[in-house]
Amino acid sequence: MDIPFTVKNRPDTGLYNGKLGVWLFLASEVMLFGGLFSAYVFLRTGVDTWPVGADILNVPLATLNTMFLISSSVTMVMSWASLKLNDFSKFKLYAGLTLLLACAFLVVKYFEYTAKFDHHLYPSTNNFLGIYFTMTGLHVLHVIGGIIVIFFFWMPGAKMWESDPERFVNRIEIVGLYWHFVDLVWIFLFPVLYLL
Amino acid sequence: MTPEEVKHHIKTYVLVFVALACLTVITVGISYLDLATGPAIILALIVASIKGSLVACYFMHLIDEKVTIYWTLLATVAMFMVLMFLPLGTMLNNTQM
Repeated sequence: MDIPFTVKNRPDTGLYNGKLGVWLFLASEVMLFGGLFSAYVFLRTGVDTWPVGADILNVPLATLNTMFLISSSVTMVMSWASLKLNDFSKFKLYAGLTLLLACAFLVVKYFEYTAKFDHHLYPSTNNFLGIYFTMTGLHVLHVIGGIIVIFFFWMPGAKMWESDPERFVNRIEIVGLYWHFVDLVWIFLFPVLYLL
Repeated sequence: MTPEEVKHHIKTYVLVFVALACLTVITVGISYLDLATGPAIILALIVASIKGSLVACYFMHLIDEKVTIYWTLLATVAMFMVLMFLPLGTMLNNTQM
């Protein structure tokens, strides 16, 4: 039996099931990161002095990472638009670029983390570093998750383009929704942790 | 969505990317202005909110989405606000004591 409403929209929601499912998942993700942002506010307002992120963290590297994630969001949405224009080779190009930019983000993050450890700065050092490593660490896990899923649809999962193209386009759309959310979280993490 | 509409969307994506890049530079620039903590936080959050809105509206297509998603997000935003104001409430409580 086929799974219903993977391509056509459900009459009651006006959406195909995968899309509504991902939006509900993203709503739960907002609460997950929201809890950590709330913890950040709690920790910061509970003390008289709070370190300036730029004094401890590497702002130029974080700015570079912001550019990587913003660019990867554009390439992700372009990969979906390419499929809408029936151009599979462009999809492969843009999805590949998205993966490359996501990996570049992780490489920069690796250098940032190792630089902190080399200076004996750990999550246990103080509250600022504790919340910094928790929030960015959770975000890194989301980037890794995104890379795995995008890679799947870039390589083995791309076979669906031949058997069920409309469903494949929908799958890329909802992967894109997740990826843009990961970008959106970083857009707030960057000023909150590095610049304030 | 027709191919013409998709091509129109692609132009928007490029413009949004340019706007996001410029706003990132502005965010970093503001941090070098040596503003007091309060205005610095407000300004940084305003710029981040504009950037976030651009991503949500255009890349996530929220500007043209079904009402089911709007209702879901409205409930999410309400609960998110509760999370944000909980620690501030604690701070007010401590100030009164």
